[in-house]
Order: sequence, then structure tokens, then C-alpha cells
Amino acid sequence: MSGESSFQSNNAIIKWIDYRLPIFTFVNDAVVVYPTPKNLNYWWNMGSLAGIMLVVQIVTGIILAMHYTPHADLAFASTEHIMRDVNYGWLLRYMHANGASMFFIVVYIHILRGLYYGSYKAPREILWWMGIIIFILMMATAFMGYVLPWGQMSFWGATVITNLFSAIPIVGEGIVTWLWGGFSVDQPTLNRFFSLHYLLPFVIFGVVFVHLWALHHHKSNNPLGIDIKGPQDTIPFHPYYTVKDLYGMAIFGTIFAIVLFFAPNYMGHADNYIPANPLVTPAHIVPEWYFLPFYAILRAIPDKLLGVVAMFASLLILFVLPWLDTSKVRSARFRPVYKMLFWAFFINCLVLGYIGGKPPEGIYIVGGRLATALYFLFFLVLPFIGWFERPKKLPESIAKAVLKSHGDGGGGGGAPTGAAGAAAKSEDRG
Amino acid sequence: MADSTGGDGHDANRRDFLYVAAGGLGAVGAAGFVWPLVDQMNPSQDVLALSSIEVDLSGIAVGQSITVNWRGKPVFIRHRTAAEISQAGAVPMSDLPDPEADTARAEKPEWLILVGVCTHLGCVPLGQQGEFDGWFCPCHGSHYDTSGRIRKGPAPLNLPVPDYIYLDDNNIKIG
Repeated sequence: MSGESSFQSNNAIIKWIDYRLPIFTFVNDAVVVYPTPKNLNYWWNMGSLAGIMLVVQIVTGIILAMHYTPHADLAFASTEHIMRDVNYGWLLRYMHANGASMFFIVVYIHILRGLYYGSYKAPREILWWMGIIIFILMMATAFMGYVLPWGQMSFWGATVITNLFSAIPIVGEGIVTWLWGGFSVDQPTLNRFFSLHYLLPFVIFGVVFVHLWALHHHKSNNPLGIDIKGPQDTIPFHPYYTVKDLYGMAIFGTIFAIVLFFAPNYMGHADNYIPANPLVTPAHIVPEWYFLPFYAILRAIPDKLLGVVAMFASLLILFVLPWLDTSKVRSARFRPVYKMLFWAFFINCLVLGYIGGKPPEGIYIVGGRLATALYFLFFLVLPFIGWFERPKKLPESIAKAVLKSHGDGGGGGGAPTGAAGAAAKSEDRG
Repeated sequence: MADSTGGDGHDANRRDFLYVAAGGLGAVGAAGFVWPLVDQMNPSQDVLALSSIEVDLSGIAVGQSITVNWRGKPVFIRHRTAAEISQAGAVPMSDLPDPEADTARAEKPEWLILVGVCTHLGCVPLGQQGEFDGWFCPCHGSHYDTSGRIRKGPAPLNLPVPDYIYLDDNNIKIG
């Protein structure tokens, strides 16, 4: 970002504007000539997809708010009014509800990509933090959005999740009453959740801006996990990655459309089509699928406070990941032990998700505890892997690896060299 | 300011004091302004005003329960059978995670009045179910006995007994 921008124009109006507000220069530097590693694969499409989903959610959400009434007596009916009476209301609501799920799918893949290729390591720690903050904000937004239709799952989901705070010693009950604005989830709760649900996406938008700022400062990581060493390692973002992102969007859009038009309620719960009843809890309450792994961790611990602590810890531990991982090599391609560990972690997350959706009895209790232990074990053994793991030889540069061959997994493949730190020291200083 | 030592140190000290004093006052002012923004989230006056109800018990036969809505929460009023009362009284205190005598939980032993909100995460337990013939919470599997005391599962505390008084033999006021 230092030095002269390459942006030039012969158009007098553009020049006049750009001299006063360098918006054309900004766009040119950010998404046109922006130097991007040559070797990004399709896992790097998820960032732009997440951005698109944020826009889809904001646009459909603003429209839904024009027809929705945030009142305990009217919310359910106004949601049905959107579904039945408003022109294309069904489309917009299904787009918004399934859009949340699609957003989470994309973001989960984005996070796993970061884990696999070591995108959280220096100098991208703050970039990683911003991502976690976005993820947490997304969870809060999705949770409050799910409350708005005021069905049974809305009501009882809100009750259970807000009650998590009652586990805090002494002030817990006071905090829950404060969150509710009453003595149970009721009208004040719904009204403020609506307000915050409208607010938070714009907060997310702001954090996304910081996320991209940090990203553009040190540029994208890449499947080799080595730094960009010169212009020969990069290609301009446009047209190469604009086209690749658009292609990804077309595929993603197709999948989204299939869900939207053929299975719009697949990821929902039938109980949420029953109006909220504060006196009857549905027999089997589960959160939306994207919360299930965390829900499984909550239930795995047979103590209320410790269960809540474990659930939040499972999320917050991601903040210290850049320091838990002691290896200087970023990409799992060159880390045979970490690679196995990563896949074990991934499968374990799926197991947690599965268990989170099952009733807490019999085998699911044992399984949930085991999977919770394994989840945290991943973070505990990570510091030691860097010690004894012998990483594969890193390629000299992105350009050399790309030119050398396409077949052997991006080059390398040589004999292992020394301990992780020593092998990568000269290669990986950011 | 005749009490100070003078010289450069004098000015620096005076300035430090002014900075700290101004900053401190600013922080107190900001906190004072933030408090209304925080406190508006607490229950409003109309919500607090609706905090007690009266219930007529005369229509509830032995072995029957009713659920009434108090502060948006279900309150269970159970006309307990003699078997339930003796079962609740016979439990040794050492068996209870949250020890409390049945006599302390029911002013008149035949009338058990409970806030029907699981002390785990707030679901409504189902009556006359579970391993202790009291209440069972379907959400995360907490079992309560015939006195509404927690016996098994993740809930830490007994189902709370709301404040209530007998207005006469057949009428109570909850809250």
C-alpha cells in the first residue's frame, strides 16, 4: 500500500473526482491490480461468498422488517402474513432463513480452510481475531433472528440460551432479568432482540472492513503457506480472481437455489410453526444446526456453570490458536502430523454436531463427553506437535512451485529437514 | 497555589493533577450517562406492577395440579396425595443435591406451590414423571421429586417456591 498507485485515467470527470476523493484509486488498488498469490485454490472462494451472503441477509432482512411486527401478540401472525400475503414474501423469508444456514456453511469452510493452511499464523493474528469476532457476532445475530417468528422453538431457544447467563455466580439471575426486561422471555425481550438483530449485521459489516484491511496489508495466505516474495508470485485480482470468485458464486448460487426452492424447511424445525406458548416446552428442543457442536459441549458437562464455561471456552480458545501452534510452517501440506490432527478435529466437530442434535441419553452422553474431551485435546497437543513434527521441505517460492509441476501437490515432497522451527525459519518470516 | 515547591516540577505536578481530575470527572460523567442506557433494559414499571396474582384453590381435587401464569412463568399448584407427602418427607437430606426439608417447602403439606421453571436452563418440566415421581425436564434430563427438589440431572437447584400467603383457607396470593 506504500508508493504510488498504478491508477490512471484520461477521463476528466474521473480525474476530477479522484483528486478530491481517491475512490477510483482505492477500488483499483483493492480489487483490480491487487496482487494475489498465483496458486489460490477453490477453498479461497469462501471469503467472497461470505461477503455476498452478508449482503443477501441485509437486503432480505431490511425488506422483511417492512412487513414484520415485533410484538409478542403479532409477531407469529405477521410472519405468516409475510409467507402467505406479501408479494414474494415467501421467497424473501425463505431466502433469509436459509441464507443464514448458507452463510454459516460458507463461514465454517472459511474457518476450516484457515485452520488447514495456517492462515492464523504471523503476521495474520489480528486478521484471525477479526474473523472470530465476526463469527461470534454472526452467532448472536442468528440466535436473535431465530427468536423473531415467535414460534415454540423461537421462544424456548431464547429461554434456554438467555438462561446460560444464569450460571454466572451471584449476578447471573440479575443479568438474565436484565436481558429479558421482565421475569421471563416476553414482549420486551422480543422487541429488543428485533432492534439488536437489525443492528448487528451492520456491526459485522464494520468488522469485515477491518478484516479486509488487515488482509490487504499482508495479502492472502495460500495453499503453500509461504510468503509472497515478489511480483512473479502474484497475479492481479482482476480478472483472474474476480472470474474465479464469480464462477464459485454461480456454483454456490445453484446449491442455495436448490435448497431454497426444493427443501426450504429442511434445516428448520416443525415446532416453530406452533405459536410460542410460555407454559409448554416442546419435548425435544434443539438449536439450529450451526450451533449443534457447541450445544453438545454445553450438555456434555454435568454441571451447569462448567457446561456454560466449556461452551464459551470452545469458542474463545480460537483467539489463542496462533500461539498454541508452535510450528512456523503454515500449510498442513507440509505438516504430516498436523494434517492428521486437523482431519481428526474436523471429524470430531461433525460428531459433536451429530450428538448435539440427539437427546441427552445413553450412548449420546458418553459420546458427547468423549468428543468434547477430544475437541479440547486438539488445542492441548497442538503446542507439542511443533516440537517433534518433521515438516516436509518447503518450496522456494510460489512461482517455482507453480511452474515446477501441478501434479505433486504444489512441489516440495523432498526429504524432511530438521525440526519445524529450523526448517521454515528463513522461509516464513512475515 | 502557594503551598507548592515551585520550579518546573511545580507546573508538572499541577498539570498532572488537572489532567487526572478532568479525566476522572469525565469518566464519572460518562458512567452517569451510560447508566440510563443500561438500566432501561431492566423490567419496566408496568411489568413490575403485574407481579402478584391470586388463585382460588377450591376446585383442585387431591392428586390434581393446575398451572397458572405468574410473571410470564408457569406456577404449578399441586394438591398432593398422602403418598406423595410421605414420600417427600421420608427422603434423607443426604440424598439431596440442594438439601431442603419438605416441610420448609410447603406451608400446608397438601398444597405444593412451585415455579415450574427448570433451574438448569429454564424449560418447563413435565408433571408426575421421571424417576422420582415428581417432575421431569425433557430438555436436558433433570429429575425432581414429589417436593420439587432436584434429585438427578444437570439442574443445580430445587424448583423454587414462590412467595405466597393464604388469604383464607381456599385462596392464596402469589408474589
